Amino acid sequence: MDKVQDNRAWFLIIPVFLIVAFSAILPLMTVVNYSVQEIFGPGQTLFVGTEWFEKVLADERLHDALFRQIIYSLAVLAIEIPLGIVIALGMPGGRSAKTSLTLVLLALPLLIPFNVVGTIWQIFGRGDIGLAGATFRALGFSYNYTSNSLDAWLTVLVMDVWHWTSLVALLAYAGLQSIPPAFYQAAKIDGASKWAVFRYIQLPKMRGVLVIAILLRFMDSFMIYTEPFVLTGGGPGNSTTFLSQYLTQMAVGQFDIGKAAAFSIIYFLIVLLFSFVFYTIITKTGSGEKQ
Amino acid sequence: MATIQFDNLGHSYHPHPSKPDDYALRRLSQEWEDGKAYALLGPSGCGKSTLLNIISGLLVPSEGRVLFDGLDVTRCTPEERNIAQVFQFPVIYDTMTVYENLAFPLRNRKVPEADVDRRVRQVAEALDLTADLKKRAQRLTPDAKQKISMGRGLVRSDVAAILFDEPLTVIDPHTKWILRRKLRQIHEEYRLTMIYVTHDQVEALTFADKVAVMYEGAMVQLGTPQELFEAPRHTFVGYFIGSPGINLMPCTLGGDQAIVEGIAIPLAPGSAAALPNRDVPKLGEKFELGIRPEFVELTRSGANGAIPVQVVGVDDLGTSKLATLRMGSHTLKARLSEDQEIPLDAAIRFPTRWTKLYHDSYLVN
Repeated sequence: MDKVQDNRAWFLIIPVFLIVAFSAILPLMTVVNYSVQEIFGPGQTLFVGTEWFEKVLADERLHDALFRQIIYSLAVLAIEIPLGIVIALGMPGGRSAKTSLTLVLLALPLLIPFNVVGTIWQIFGRGDIGLAGATFRALGFSYNYTSNSLDAWLTVLVMDVWHWTSLVALLAYAGLQSIPPAFYQAAKIDGASKWAVFRYIQLPKMRGVLVIAILLRFMDSFMIYTEPFVLTGGGPGNSTTFLSQYLTQMAVGQFDIGKAAAFSIIYFLIVLLFSFVFYTIITKTGSGEKQ
Repeated sequence: MATIQFDNLGHSYHPHPSKPDDYALRRLSQEWEDGKAYALLGPSGCGKSTLLNIISGLLVPSEGRVLFDGLDVTRCTPEERNIAQVFQFPVIYDTMTVYENLAFPLRNRKVPEADVDRRVRQVAEALDLTADLKKRAQRLTPDAKQKISMGRGLVRSDVAAILFDEPLTVIDPHTKWILRRKLRQIHEEYRLTMIYVTHDQVEALTFADKVAVMYEGAMVQLGTPQELFEAPRHTFVGYFIGSPGINLMPCTLGGDQAIVEGIAIPLAPGSAAALPNRDVPKLGEKFELGIRPEFVELTRSGANGAIPVQVVGVDDLGTSKLATLRMGSHTLKARLSEDQEIPLDAAIRFPTRWTKLYHDSYLVN
């Protein structure tokens, strides 16, 4: 039997191809182009090969930022995922006014623009007029996010938890709501403890949404920029300078376009690599064969 | 194993039920024997699931009591009642193997591991799951999954009763047949009290020792399949059991005779005696004559007591023939044997033994 060949199908993907080309491929290729050149000014460029990549990989400040970034993202995941699950488990089910109210309250932080979140926390943490800052001082803690690096780091972390735990909670809640009541009834009849219900019914049924939650939170926190920029500006010192902020300093502040482009590509590959590793681990442990 | 008693049991989802329609389950007092297989049969919304959930303890009835072996368990959880239940859709623990799934109810109850292993292997053997024991439950077919659900009910040797809530809905017809046989076999072997909810009459009649037919929240008859067939106590039972269902014709009374459009049909002597002394139904009251198609006797006109009918059509069903007959303005069905001839001047007789009188849908006797 001859397979019918019909190349008209290619025409149908042209619009999508064009959109993707202009929105993703061309900009990315521009970055690739920059990353192998030394740019002196418009039209004045010099091909330098992998020089920028070598420089970036040897950059001490970048190592520090990357290390900070990884610790930060892991801390974000370690706090937000369990906390989100606990909140989702505690949320009322069914269609009641209580449910709607809880959902709206949870969604609120997600609706606030990033730089506003930064501003809110900047004021919130101030020692003189901020609710949190002033309270800490009144209680005798020497809290100051503008001068103490640990305080600054913790404030950025707590701000992220405040801003994004809702997302995890809402996703986990959606996962929980999809569990048919028969599962809980069967577990009751099988004499399962609360922990067993969580471990063998709720957690496996939430796996799909949790994969999404972990990936989203990892990628977002790994690329965090606006909130710490508004809150601490990367300081004190470099204590809250994360990768994207360092990149911005390099590209816009120092106008080191070539180096920044090389950095961007490495940055992109790191996010891709981590996401791939997370995805593989989570999907494998959930559904893989034991044998 | 336990005897199950219902003492004035009723349930309403309304906070203050006033009329009978408010009840999802109307008042009921009954005793179900230990070690028998029961089926709860009825169309959707008839209250059978409500009754099942009350028996299992997932629902607390608004009225009356449930007793297991004389002990009031009305407010006990399913676990305290020691009930096992199999649901409509297979419930399995995705992350566990088949073995772990079957062992789960026992391990939760801290049964020694040696006993767990023995029971699990026994049940797996009975359900043909032995080859799959090490597989992950998630990867199996729906019927294997449902077998696991059943297995988790059967694995506990000390359960008071095993409840089945339309467990074969998701199973294909052939496997359905095999599984039902399997259940029946297990029932005969272990003598477990089994309660099986279904809307499929074949399933109920082939599975159960006794079938409870439910209609609009009321249990209209509890009896053996034979009783349901030969003496339906409610017109709904006559209609729901058997295919086609019972023939029904409105009638008035004259002594021991039912009168349908001027034609007198003899009833069993004394069958109308239990009725209020009146031949014509009052407004809102209803007398009906019922006879199953299997019992309608076809003969020639002129035979003794025969009523002439017009043959509208005959369907050959292979093993029997189904004749559609017109008697006055009524259409009747009659089941005939394959070789029976249908005369041109057809007439029918109503054997008094099988001719039933219904007053307001309930059998008069």
